[in-house]
Amino acid sequence: MIDARGLACPMPVVMVQKAVKDGAPATVEVLVDNQCAVENITRYASNQGYRVSVQEQDNEEFALTLTK
Amino acid sequence: MTKKIPWLVILTGVVTGLAALVLTKAGNPGNMGFCIACFLRDISGGVGLHTAAKVQYIRPEIIGLVLGACIMALVRGEFTGRAGSTPALRFVIGAFVMVGALAFLGCPLRMVLRLGGGDLTAIAGLLGFIVGILVGVLFLKKGFSLGRAYKVKKSEGFVLPAIMIFLLVLLLIKPAFLYFSETGPGSMHAALPIALIAGLVVGALAQRSRLCMAGGIRDTVLFKDFHLLTGFLAIFVTVLIGNLILGQFNPANAVQPVAHHDYVWSFLGMALAGWGSILLGGCPLRQLILAGEGNGDSAVTILGMIVGAAFAHNFGLAGNADAMTDGVFTAGGVAPAGRIAVVLGLVVLAVISIANLYRGGKQK
Repeated sequence: MIDARGLACPMPVVMVQKAVKDGAPATVEVLVDNQCAVENITRYASNQGYRVSVQEQDNEEFALTLTK
Repeated sequence: MTKKIPWLVILTGVVTGLAALVLTKAGNPGNMGFCIACFLRDISGGVGLHTAAKVQYIRPEIIGLVLGACIMALVRGEFTGRAGSTPALRFVIGAFVMVGALAFLGCPLRMVLRLGGGDLTAIAGLLGFIVGILVGVLFLKKGFSLGRAYKVKKSEGFVLPAIMIFLLVLLLIKPAFLYFSETGPGSMHAALPIALIAGLVVGALAQRSRLCMAGGIRDTVLFKDFHLLTGFLAIFVTVLIGNLILGQFNPANAVQPVAHHDYVWSFLGMALAGWGSILLGGCPLRQLILAGEGNGDSAVTILGMIVGAAFAHNFGLAGNADAMTDGVFTAGGVAPAGRIAVVLGLVVLAVISIANLYRGGKQK
């Protein structure tokens, strides 16, 4: 699980990029706390061939699951 | 894999370009429909933080940008109080971004507007901006981070919007302690309602689309993602076509409106602005928008920029524009003090960049 809460753009995407490049895992889970990060990660992951599901949590946080 | 066309970013770019053309026609200085650096500098002078008589005004565009973003964020439920990501460093970086931009005579947004008006001297600034972004990206790849922010009470998020409402009230009642330029760029401005509405519209759209002048080039390099770059290009194309239609396109490398042809220092000034923007996570426009969304760190960054502008004009660090008076050409440029400040800024950014490298969760 990548915890990118509180990080400014583009750090959440940089963290996801690192995880993807390091081992091209079939599933990547990311936790963020703003809509901008959700959009940016979704765009990046889609471009890398991942499907993205977003689950909004009670405390204005979002859990993203990226799957190949 | 299909890539969606980023219509919202393109729309924001087109509207920003059109608003810039309207504002210039309505009285703003040439190629200065918007300039976040220049307008914050004018506000800094307007409230008496610097004494450069030609650049003092409370710019409604800035007020509109912050409040437009604030209203859009509130409507969309995206307004959240957030702060705590190394605010003092952000203040310092903001101040030096301003020093770099004012050496060049324009923020990244005005750089695009200058290029769209045919100002070839701005090419040096564009090249510097790109190099600055590349340096910043290099540090991002090495693990640079200013650390995380935390959710805080909404009152923190309303600080900059509240300051903007206060400035708007001041602008409406014009108390004697404010300073308003009678000559020079500060005296040239669109009427308050036009400037305010332009700011509100662009601010709301920029909040929605996340438009960022530095982010476009950064994401292209980092992720091969052209999403934000389309906004950058849309502004340029809109302004270029608009200036051609209005007969305002003047391709030349001398005596451009509020510009100088000191290429080396335009390059280095914008390299400083570009590098700083990457460290901050966005260009000066984006910082205004984020502050409108409730980001206290961006609010501190804007305050740093206002203070940086005050230093820039109190100590003669800002660039001087080329001038043509009665057929006599006077070359502008960046004075020795400004050159020292730009180099100092680059050194400070290098120190901050190295001191905030994280690897494997540990700070070096």
